[in-house]
Amino acid sequence: MSTQVPEQPEESTESAAETETQIPSKGDARREEKRRRAAERRAQKQAEEAERAAADEDTIELKVFRYDPEVEGKQEPRFDTFHVPFTKGMTVLDALMYARDTYDSSLTFRHSCRQAICGSDAMFVNGSQKLACKTQISELQEPIRVEPLPHAEVTKDLVIEMEHFYEQMHAVEPYFQTNELPDGELEEQRQSRENREKIKMSTRCIWCSACMSSCNIAAGDNEYLGPAAINKAYRFAMDEREGEDIKQKRLEIIEQEHGVWRCQTQFSCTEVCPKDIPLTEHIQELKREAVKNNLKFW
Amino acid sequence: MSQSYNRGLIEDFSRWREFSAGMWAWIFHKFTGWVLVGYLFTHIAVLSTAIPAAGQEAAVLQAGDDVYTQTIVTLEELLLVRILEVGLLAVAVFHILNGTRLLLVDLGIGLESQDKSFYASLILTGAITVASVPTFIAGAF
Ligand code: HEM
Ligand code: SF4
Ligand code: FES
Repeated sequence: MSTQVPEQPEESTESAAETETQIPSKGDARREEKRRRAAERRAQKQAEEAERAAADEDTIELKVFRYDPEVEGKQEPRFDTFHVPFTKGMTVLDALMYARDTYDSSLTFRHSCRQAICGSDAMFVNGSQKLACKTQISELQEPIRVEPLPHAEVTKDLVIEMEHFYEQMHAVEPYFQTNELPDGELEEQRQSRENREKIKMSTRCIWCSACMSSCNIAAGDNEYLGPAAINKAYRFAMDEREGEDIKQKRLEIIEQEHGVWRCQTQFSCTEVCPKDIPLTEHIQELKREAVKNNLKFW
Repeated sequence: MSQSYNRGLIEDFSRWREFSAGMWAWIFHKFTGWVLVGYLFTHIAVLSTAIPAAGQEAAVLQAGDDVYTQTIVTLEELLLVRILEVGLLAVAVFHILNGTRLLLVDLGIGLESQDKSFYASLILTGAITVASVPTFIAGAF
């Protein structure tokens, strides 16, 4: 059960070296003995806890992906099974935290807000991209398989490399720009209610990268901007306050070879987005904008 | 050209096991599109090599002894060809129905029911295919 790296060989060589060079003092030996006992007790407690949990009716079984390229003995990817006592309202993130705090402190995953706002805990749960803190255990079939998001490099256990996703997000210049300022120096840049309503859903992205991970096209073409970045471009391109010039610039970015035209309307991104952003709809609308922008018959 | 990550040792982990409706629609549309192209060229090749019929005398044509008629009759006698024809109809019907669905998607119409329209295409394709079986198989045995 425990996935601590086996430390046996290292310890024995160390103690062998110690005996050669110096005879340990009585105090050292006593402390060593104490540490050993404490570790034993801890291991026993963990084992008991695991046994109790496994026997209990109301426990859930988690199968969690484990992998650490930097530690020998964990370089071969594998799945660890954890039995976690179920409590009402428990999310996948809660269960993972329980497993980490109770059984194996080396179990690694990102999380922060625990309320679907920070976007750090998107993972692959039972075969689809989910935000762990927003996914109820009661809605899943057991055993629950938890894996890192597909189509990104795995750093360790459930942690993936996000750099590429962030690069794509930055490529669309995800910040407000305009050269159409209101007359008065201190005047506000007002947005009409209708326009705000139009971009409302697109502003909700939490940069979790679930959509990017679910996309067939992004998987095969690393340069494809991906749903989240295109949605970000939509958020600004559709914002009337940016003005015509900036909109042209934005359309040029999304029209490039690896932009909106890569999308094959498979709807997988829309399906997995934890913030229910209609990504495909936004991508399709940008495609039409791009066409209208380039084709002029009148 | 495009390139993608190779995750090395863990490349095969966390691959999709669950395809959603839109993904199936995409795979099927590609597949049926290319089957139709394949059929189109086979069709042209087979029939154009049977064209010498055009030079035949009227009597031969009347008797149905010309190459063109012979080719068609021989093909239609094969049970395999009859079955393939049913398959071709299924492929074409699905491609047309899902193609219409894709055109609507491109226009941004009914995006919320994209999965339902895919299932509807499948069911309709199935129904039309089944209904066509008597016509295609008639007299094959
Ligand atoms: C009424 C008849 C048809 C309709 C409505 C139709 C519709 C479509 C549409 C909308 C697409 C683009 C899919 C996308 O957005 O990615 C497409 C792709 C395609 N169609 Fe058709 N089509 C029809 C007939 C045919 C026929 C007769 C052939 C072959 C001779 C054909 C071969 C293809 C191929 C090869 C593709 C590209 C598949 C790919 O993405 O690799 N289609 N069709
Ligand atoms: S669009 Fe949705 S799935 Fe994609 S990164 Fe933003 S919140 Fe996550
Ligand atoms: S922990 Fe912040 S989104 Fe899940």
